[in-house]
Amino acid sequence: MDGNAPIRRSASFPPETIHEIQRAAAEGIYEIRGFGAKRRLPTFDDLVLLGASISRYPLEGYREKCATDVVIGARFAKKPLHLKIPITIAGMSFGALSATAKTALGRAATMMGTTTTTGDGGMTDEEREASSLLVYQVLPSRYGLNPRDLRRADAIEVVVGQGAKPGGGGMLLGQKITPRIAAMRALPAGIDQRSACRHPDWTGPDDLAIKIQELREITDWQKPIYVKVAAARPRYDVQLSVKSGADAIVLDGMQGGTGATQDVFIENVGIPTLPALREAVEALQELDMHRKVPLIISGGIRSGADVAKALAMGADAVSIGTAALIALDCNRPIHVADYAALGTAPGACHHCQTGRCPVGIATQDPALESRLDVDAAARRVRNYLSTMVLEAQTLARACGKSHLHNLEPEDLAALTVEAAAMAGVPLAGTGWIPGRY
Amino acid sequence: MITVDLEETSVRDLNQRLHDLPGDTNERTWTVVNPGGRHALLAGLTLPLAVTVRGHVGYYCAGMNEAADVVIDGHAGVGVAENIMSGSVRVRGNASQAAAASGHGGLVVIEGDASARCGISMKGVDIVVGGSVGHMSAFMAQAGRLVVCGDAGGDLGDSLYEAVIYVQGTVASLGADCEEQPMADADRAAVAELLARAGIAGDPARFRRYGSARQLYHFHVDHADAY
Repeated sequence: MDGNAPIRRSASFPPETIHEIQRAAAEGIYEIRGFGAKRRLPTFDDLVLLGASISRYPLEGYREKCATDVVIGARFAKKPLHLKIPITIAGMSFGALSATAKTALGRAATMMGTTTTTGDGGMTDEEREASSLLVYQVLPSRYGLNPRDLRRADAIEVVVGQGAKPGGGGMLLGQKITPRIAAMRALPAGIDQRSACRHPDWTGPDDLAIKIQELREITDWQKPIYVKVAAARPRYDVQLSVKSGADAIVLDGMQGGTGATQDVFIENVGIPTLPALREAVEALQELDMHRKVPLIISGGIRSGADVAKALAMGADAVSIGTAALIALDCNRPIHVADYAALGTAPGACHHCQTGRCPVGIATQDPALESRLDVDAAARRVRNYLSTMVLEAQTLARACGKSHLHNLEPEDLAALTVEAAAMAGVPLAGTGWIPGRY
Repeated sequence: MITVDLEETSVRDLNQRLHDLPGDTNERTWTVVNPGGRHALLAGLTLPLAVTVRGHVGYYCAGMNEAADVVIDGHAGVGVAENIMSGSVRVRGNASQAAAASGHGGLVVIEGDASARCGISMKGVDIVVGGSVGHMSAFMAQAGRLVVCGDAGGDLGDSLYEAVIYVQGTVASLGADCEEQPMADADRAAVAELLARAGIAGDPARFRRYGSARQLYHFHVDHADAY
């Protein structure tokens, strides 16, 4: 017997799978956690941009203009939004996040001339004051929904689905339900709050069109109305959203984050952002509505390169959630002992659902929340957004584009066969798009 | 009294006119004729107006109502008085699905029957139904009171939170975590008060009370069969 024989692990039953089986055996219930999908998925990293050379004419970096503005909501709304950058802050609830975190996100968005978004549970005064442009979500739970906040919003987002859990509702666990949050949601403090998976008063696209009509009537047709869908069947959902009268569509891929969802849901439902975006763009093109109904893509956007590639594929803007939280301080290696107490470590934490966020973002505990300095946090998010814009402009100029929206699929190549098929761009070094040519 | 004919005026123009009224307006009494089942009629009112609609209305009539007293002298489509905040909405006929859905306050009276999901996700509104309600009524109802003078369909009060349901007739079945509870004097007084406000005759002693068993307030494996 060789005492140095290598330990042979099972590919089917690696240590994390063994751990999960034994955890399930002990607890009898699925794991609920925060963050987004952790499995390896095709991403924008699998695409590259084709910089200009002889056949294409680049723009001078730092000197020649590369515009970044985008208008959202010009289809029907009397007051469309004019954003300075094509990056928005995604909807995240006060409840899942602390008031300080929501305020910091609002201030950062304001500094950059873009929108931030409410979430389940309604709008807080702090968030409204911090945000020059605030998108108000109308969710299935209708927690905190009221006409006063509809009117003081700058846009309305009817949420049908979320990339982390298409077809699923939500759950804010009792440990995060403070008296203030309970009052906003008209529920007892301390109980697990279920957010419904379906809207209470409409079903299907014909009803949705009438619901949108009602929201327009209540707000006198002033506000852009978005429809947010999770990436599962984006071709149908995008076209039905257009048919229903949306001013803009938000499409959230499966890398999109969550405050608390079943792990089995996060990792196994929906499709990645990359193929979802291609399907959505094609769906709009089929209706001759591409660039007429803006498409905002979200789910795993991390860098200016991701922004540039998403816009080249046909998105009008992107939205960030998890990345914005990371810029705030999520998973920063500070208060390490508190990460350990949760059974995790900086860089791997997904324990938003516990309410014990070591860096004061996904918590309602005053002591933890005080760890997040709102001014400094807002500045970090502002810096991050600014960096993303600079990165995207640099790449766009290299492709010869004077506006980020001038990027196009022709500027892209794929590094893998899978990405080529999903994104609908040629495999690098070939003219081959699997399934087409 | 001001009369608006929806054969001659659009819903948009009527709603805008009502929204533009100043708080001290003398134009407080309105009648709308020929509604023709139009949608989003009287949505988003904010002033204490008295508005009567002569005829049938479509979806979301008086949606998100605040302060106004609306009477629909006919039948109402889906989501009448959805998310009502205050004031009152009365339907003289029947109401379709999701009447008073997610209502926060005020009073909704349906003199006839209400279809499925009456009072779904209600958050404080009081609802009085002169007739019967369809299945899944008061689904995930959080706060407020639902009074049903007739019968209730299946799965009444499924996943109920703190809302209270009173039914005079039969209940086809109760939903998850909804249970019959004792009628106390305070309950009989509440039913009497709501019936009086609704102008509907009834004997509070004949009603039974249904509320949350509060067994599903915390997600627990031992309750998995209840979901």
